[in-house]
Amino acid sequence: MAHAAAANTKWWSGGKSPFNVEYGKLMMWYFLMSDTFTFGALLISYGTVRMSSISWPDPNVVFKSFPLAGHANLPLVFVSLMTFILIVSSVTMVLAVHEGHHGNRKGVIKWMIWTIIGGFAFLGCQAWEWNHLYHEGAWWGRNPFPNTDGTLAGANFANFFFTITGFHGFHVFSGVIINIIVTIMAWKGVFERRGHYLMIEKIGLYWHFVDLVWVFVFLFFYLV
Amino acid sequence: MEHQTFGGEVTIPHAAPGDDSKKRIWKTTIILSVITIFELGIGYLLMFTDFSSTVVMVLKGTVIILSLAKAFYIVSIFMHLGDEIRNMTMTIIVPLLLFVWFIIAFLADGVSWKNLRNEYSPNDPVKYEQKAEPVQEGHEGGLK
Repeated sequence: MAHAAAANTKWWSGGKSPFNVEYGKLMMWYFLMSDTFTFGALLISYGTVRMSSISWPDPNVVFKSFPLAGHANLPLVFVSLMTFILIVSSVTMVLAVHEGHHGNRKGVIKWMIWTIIGGFAFLGCQAWEWNHLYHEGAWWGRNPFPNTDGTLAGANFANFFFTITGFHGFHVFSGVIINIIVTIMAWKGVFERRGHYLMIEKIGLYWHFVDLVWVFVFLFFYLV
Repeated sequence: MEHQTFGGEVTIPHAAPGDDSKKRIWKTTIILSVITIFELGIGYLLMFTDFSSTVVMVLKGTVIILSLAKAFYIVSIFMHLGDEIRNMTMTIIVPLLLFVWFIIAFLADGVSWKNLRNEYSPNDPVKYEQKAEPVQEGHEGGLK
């Protein structure tokens, strides 16, 4: 890649693009950096409030259900499924980018469709979980789950859970919409005429970022 | 590897046939899956076993470090940040160092908030919760 030639190139001597990155891709990186701070602020405020509380609801008690499994006690199982769906859709996205490097239009479309399916599967899982928790009595301002030490918990747990997973779900949703748009563009041959599939790379960056955020949502809400 | 120039300045990598980037994708996929399964294993271990609070802290710290490893693999391999020019990578990574301050300061603030409320505000719900369950020893002392 360009990297190999970079060692002895004077990138800042003028006449060339010092980062050797196209404008849109660079701006996507800076957008993702700012989004990292947004999610970071949300997760750190969650951590701060949790640290300031004597006790906190046990995630293994709250998230113990699985669709169609009735009242079976299955902690961590459903969220593992959601995590693997996102990892798999991240892989199909990276394969779409890979096909884009080869200029293979059919390959790009195939892997983009799988990525979109993965995105919808994840959103479906989240919709089920939200609906389930809502019917158990949890929502913004309402939290039916007791603390680990048996005391009554405030609404903080539910507020943070719905705000942060909701904000993440909104990112997944907009990602799926943009994925659909670029897939249609690829299908119509727009990128072939442009001569490169950089747009797939840019939306790929966004999609991987969404997966990256889920790594930490999964960690701080479900695991620790 | 051939290059196509873009706007006369930016080179866009076009992979040559038979390069190993696909192998790298699958390898990273396996690494991410194995780490996730390992994390889940620790999650179940924490759930079904009564450890001392120190062991719980160590296990939770391990899970956090494993997640950071996952983040590294996603960013450097899937997002190809590792393949970009170093200066560009640094403009993304260096500002994120603010998180070091951010996390330490705010979590410490949370702990201090709890202590201050317990000390000076006896009618605060936190104090009330503590009265309802005065014993706060053992494995509940971690992040829970």
